[in-house]
Amino acid sequence: MRELNKKTHRSNLTKTGKQRRLLMKGAAATVAAGTISGAPMIWAQNIKDITLRQFGTGVSNLNDVADKVKEDLGFTLEMTSLDSDSVTQRAATQPKSFDIADIEYWICKKVWPAGNLQAMDTSRIDNYDKIVGTFRSGKLNPDSVIAQGTAPHSVGFVDGPDGKSFVNEESGWMTLIPTIYNADTLGIRPDLIGRDITSWAELLNPEFKGKASILDISSIGIMDAAMVCEAMGEVTYGDKGNMTRDEIDQTMAIFTEAKKNGQFRAFWKSFDESVNLMSSGEVVIQSMWSPAISAVRSKGIPCVYQPLEEGYRSWGGGLGLSKNLSGLELDAAYEYINWYLSGWVGGYLMRQGYYSAVPETSKNFMSTDEWGYWFEGKPAEGEIVNPQGVVMEQAGAVRDGGSFDERMGKVACWNSVMDENQYMVRKWNEFIAA
Amino acid sequence: MTLILIFFLLLPVLAIVVVSFWQSTAYSYSPAFIFENYEFLLTSPVTLSVYLKTLMFTGITWLCCLLIGFTVAYFLAFHVRSLPVQIGLFLLCTVPFWTSNIIRMISWIPFLGRNGIANNALQDLGLIDEPLEWLLFSDFAVILAFVHLFTLFMIVPIFNSMMRLDRSLIEAAVDAGATGWQVLSNVIIPLTKPGIMIGSIFVITLVMGDFITVRFMSGGQSASVGRVISNEISLLQYPAASASAVILLLTVLIMIGTLLRFVDIRKEL
Repeated sequence: MRELNKKTHRSNLTKTGKQRRLLMKGAAATVAAGTISGAPMIWAQNIKDITLRQFGTGVSNLNDVADKVKEDLGFTLEMTSLDSDSVTQRAATQPKSFDIADIEYWICKKVWPAGNLQAMDTSRIDNYDKIVGTFRSGKLNPDSVIAQGTAPHSVGFVDGPDGKSFVNEESGWMTLIPTIYNADTLGIRPDLIGRDITSWAELLNPEFKGKASILDISSIGIMDAAMVCEAMGEVTYGDKGNMTRDEIDQTMAIFTEAKKNGQFRAFWKSFDESVNLMSSGEVVIQSMWSPAISAVRSKGIPCVYQPLEEGYRSWGGGLGLSKNLSGLELDAAYEYINWYLSGWVGGYLMRQGYYSAVPETSKNFMSTDEWGYWFEGKPAEGEIVNPQGVVMEQAGAVRDGGSFDERMGKVACWNSVMDENQYMVRKWNEFIAA
Repeated sequence: MTLILIFFLLLPVLAIVVVSFWQSTAYSYSPAFIFENYEFLLTSPVTLSVYLKTLMFTGITWLCCLLIGFTVAYFLAFHVRSLPVQIGLFLLCTVPFWTSNIIRMISWIPFLGRNGIANNALQDLGLIDEPLEWLLFSDFAVILAFVHLFTLFMIVPIFNSMMRLDRSLIEAAVDAGATGWQVLSNVIIPLTKPGIMIGSIFVITLVMGDFITVRFMSGGQSASVGRVISNEISLLQYPAASASAVILLLTVLIMIGTLLRFVDIRKEL
C-alpha cells in the first residue's frame, strides 16, 4: 500500500517537473539567480510533494531531523539507518535506492569512482565560506599539520560536475558537504580500572586480560590497532591510513597473539553492542564512539572517553547527492543542505558530543552554557541536557578532552581506505577467525 | 511446481555459481571466468580452520540435539498416555518458538554474562569464587544457543516417527523376552530412523549455514563459514562470497548425501 502511494506520488512529480521545465525556459535566468542567493523557494507548493530518500549510519540519520525538515522546508525526508559496511555497499551498487547519501569521507573515497554520486556546486552553498578549514584546505588553523589517513579535504573536491578524480584545492565542486565529525579514542570504565589511562597501548595491557574489546569493522579496527601498536613502540608506520603489507602483517600478528592469549572479551560491530559490553562490565576498555559513551553514562554508569597522549583517530561524514537527482528534486536537495548547515542540526548534534561543519551557525541554536561545555571545553554552569532531555552532566563537569581546538587539533589519523585494502581485509578476517 | 523450483531454487543457485567465477575490485565486480576466487579460498589456511570450527559446532550441536530430542520425543510418545496431555506437552515444547530466534538467542547474554544470573547464582551458592568467564562469548555459549534453538527440529520428526510406530511390535518384543534396553535398540531406534534422519538434516543444514548466532554468542570472536560469507558480502566481495557459498553448498550436499545412504527416507515415509 505504501509502495503504491509512493509510485503514484512519483509520477505526479515527474509531470509537474515537466510542466515546470517548460515554464522555466523563459525565466531561467531569474530562477537561477533566486536559488543561488538562497531566496525562499519559488516552487514552494511543488516542493511539498517531494520525498528525498536519505540513508546513512545511525549517527546522523535522526528522525528528529526528518521531522524538523518537514516543519521548516515542507518536504519529506525518509531516513534509513545502516551500518557502515551496508552503507558502502548501497552507495556503490544501488544508486536508484537513494537520493542523498550520508556517508563518511573514507567511504566516499571507495564509492566515488563507482559514479553514483554527483558533485555539488559550492556557489549554491550559502555557508560554504564558514565551513571549518579541515574540510576545505585540510588545516583546522593555518598552522595545523594535516593528519595521516584519508583527510576529508583530500576526497572533498573533484575537478568538475562529473569529475571522477579528486583534486587537492578547493575547486568549487564538492563531493560531500560535511555534516558531522568527531575525534574518537578509547572508552574506559574508570570505576573498574581505578587508575589513570594515558596511552593507546593500554588496550593490550595484560592487566585487562579478558576485559578489552575492539570494533570488528576492518577499516576502522585496523586504525585503532595501529594506534595501539605504534604506542607500544612495536611498529612504526609510514602512514597509518595507508599501510604497507608488511605493516599490516606486523599489526595483525601482535593482535592475533593478544587474541590467542585471551585479551579480548568480544568484538563489537554495532553501536548498541558496544554500549552493552561496557555497561554490563564485560569490558572495561575498548574502542568506542562518543554517543555510546553518553548512552552508558545516561544509565548512571561511569564511563570516560579518555584523551590519550598519542592523539585521536578522527572521522567525518557528509551528505552526497545521487546522480539521479535533477530538476526540482535537486533544488530541494540543495535547499536541504543549506538548511542543514544553517545551525539547527548542528546545535542538535553538538549537544550529542559531535561537531558540526559550521560551528558558528550552531552557536545560535545552543545556550551559552551548552556552547561553553561542548565547544569551548569550559566547566558546565548548570545541568547539561541531551537533545532527548536526559540530564548528561551536572554543573561543574568538563568535557573529556577539552575544547574543540584541543580535540580536533590532536587528530593523529583519519579513518581511511588503504591501497592494500583487500589484503588488509583478508588479514583482518584471519585475525577474527584465529 | 517445477516452475517454482526453477525460478526460486535453480536459477538463484546457477547465478551464484556463475558469479563465483567473476572478478572483483574494492568496489565493483565484473563478468569474467577466473579461478582466483576458488584458488584463494581453497589455499587459505583460514578456510580450513573455519570449516573445522563449523564442523565442530555442527557435530556437537547435532549430538546434543539428538540426545535431548530423542529423550523428549520418547517421553512424549511412550510415557505420556493420554492424548490431550501429549498434545499439551508438545505445544509446550514449541512455546519458545513464538518469539524470534534472535530474541531467544540474545536473552542468553544477560543470563550468562560475567555479572549475569548464572554466575551470580553459582557464586551465591558458594560453588565458585570467581565468575566463570567461559559461560559467555565462547564456543560453549555458541553451542548452547544452537542446541536451544534447534532441538525442536529434532523432537518433531522423531516424535512423529514414534507415534506412527506400531505398538504391537513393542508388545511382541516384550512377550518374546526382550529387556527394555533391547526393545529400544532393536525395535524403537531402527523404526524411528527416518525421523532421526530428517531431524539431523534440519539441524546440520541450519548450523552449517548460520552466521548470526556465532557472531552474537561468541562476541564476534569465533568464525564460521556463514560469517565468512556474510563478511565478504558486506565488503562487496560478491564473487568471493559466491565461491564460498558454492563450496559450502557442496559440503552440505555431500554430508546429506552420506546421511541418506544410511536410510532411504522415501521408502520409510
